[in-house]
Amino acid sequence: MAITKICGIETEYGIVIRGVDESNPIAASSMLINAYLHETRKVEPAAAPDVGWDFEDESPGNDARGGPSPGAMAPEVETHLVNAVLTNGARYYVDHAHPELSTPECADARSVVVFDRAAEQILIESMDAAKRALPDGQEIVVYKNNSDGKGNSYGCHENYLMDRQLPFGRIVSHVTPHFITRQIFTGAGKVGSEAGGLNHVDVPFQLTQRADFFEEEVGLETTLKRPIVNTRDEPHCDATKYRRLHVIVGDANLSEVATFLKVGTTCIVLAMIEDDALPRDFIFNAPVWALRRVSYDLSLRAPLELVDGSTVTALEVQWELFDRARKYADSYGLECVGEAVGAEVLARWESVLTALETDPMSLADQLDWVAKYRLIEGYRDRHDLEWDDARLAAMDLQYHDLRPERSLFARLGMERITDDTEVMAARTEPPTDTRAYFRGKCLQRWADDIVAANWDSLVFDIGREPLRRVPMMEPSRGTEAHVGTLLADCTTAAELLDRLGS
Amino acid sequence: MAEREQIRKPAPAKKDAEEIDEAPATSEKGEKIKAELDDLLDEIDDVLETNAEEFVRSYVQKGGE
Repeated sequence: MAITKICGIETEYGIVIRGVDESNPIAASSMLINAYLHETRKVEPAAAPDVGWDFEDESPGNDARGGPSPGAMAPEVETHLVNAVLTNGARYYVDHAHPELSTPECADARSVVVFDRAAEQILIESMDAAKRALPDGQEIVVYKNNSDGKGNSYGCHENYLMDRQLPFGRIVSHVTPHFITRQIFTGAGKVGSEAGGLNHVDVPFQLTQRADFFEEEVGLETTLKRPIVNTRDEPHCDATKYRRLHVIVGDANLSEVATFLKVGTTCIVLAMIEDDALPRDFIFNAPVWALRRVSYDLSLRAPLELVDGSTVTALEVQWELFDRARKYADSYGLECVGEAVGAEVLARWESVLTALETDPMSLADQLDWVAKYRLIEGYRDRHDLEWDDARLAAMDLQYHDLRPERSLFARLGMERITDDTEVMAARTEPPTDTRAYFRGKCLQRWADDIVAANWDSLVFDIGREPLRRVPMMEPSRGTEAHVGTLLADCTTAAELLDRLGS
Repeated sequence: MAEREQIRKPAPAKKDAEEIDEAPATSEKGEKIKAELDDLLDEIDDVLETNAEEFVRSYVQKGGE
């Protein structure tokens, strides 16, 4: 049986410092995060623990195809920059030259949407805090997008817990068609192309931010020669039982429906791969070309060539995956992705595919690329502009501006699947149904006794030698159901450690 | 600015049946979205970056991931 699809999202945000002549994005990212931590600590000390990240288990150079990969450019682990762990179980840090926030581990796609929205709220509060700390006239502005329009890209990565027994090659062959074709609902939209050799007449507008930047089918890199399927093998849990599929091919979405579908459909497709419920393989003749072809094709009807010489469209592939998913749900159930949430994913998947087929523009209140296209095309039409007009590129960027008063996305009144109360709570409260609960609750209560935290352990210092590392190698354990009573019964961290056994 | 004023279409009042027939979107929902879009386009110049060219030019990021 497929294992529970614990999942999460890591987002690198674009960052701009306004009101200065020269800016350093690394310093600005640090300043942004530190301003948030500092202000939050003043108001609510327990919500922003002064606990550093523990790099003990970081090994991003390991390749899922077997061992460390000597020839590949493995990312370096940056240990000197600001790196905070939050009481909702998230990690908030500087990665390269961007502020990045990784959601806590979530048990289903809806929970990911809640914590992704909470992450946006944390970034918004960070901008406010930084503004108060900066001289008058200066401001740090954060964008939830993936490209600067000049060939520089930064990522929004998804993570999914997978069964280690499954051969990696099988994941690659079955998940690649989904990654190529899910773009029709996951795309965040982009004016023009950065792929080189294509102008605004060739590609006036495309479905995704990211397709321009992918050059390989499978690989370890994330910053150059980006692959459709990333092979980073760093499970952050029991590596004998699990792998973490690290997905780098997606866009950062502002639309809740798009995030929900992006994560929800992928969870179901991965569960079907684990249960061997996908008999037909769509093997594309040229996957990288197909990825871009889908992104550049607003008609959604472009034929994509398979190795057997036949062709399919992105919609056809998605319809077949959906049909399989519905049959899979009937025979296997959807417990591994959450029964209720899984049913919601199926219903939404079907309605969105139907609308994409008949009247894509009717999804302007649900999908990012449609909303952005409608807005920019409407403006272009009204002012009689060419697609290379700077005003359209500016609107593209401003769609992703996280400042509520400037965000074009925020003005569009898109459909919500979360509510403000749960999003605000998720800024500081962890999910109850993964190990993030144990991490978050311990940090809320005993931050002074915790010297470091990471995905799979907490390190306590309660004055006894040596330091005590509490491993959390099972992402589905450490939930409220599992440790809620234990935590409630303990007054001190020392008691907790005694109860856990020394 | 004067030029923009001339091009700007009048704010849409209630849509009449004829206009709905001409619209490219076919569904009722599509119509609602279109009306909302017109309203938004009427007011959007107030929030758009004032110097689009300079804003786009200066938005430069380092690659990430």
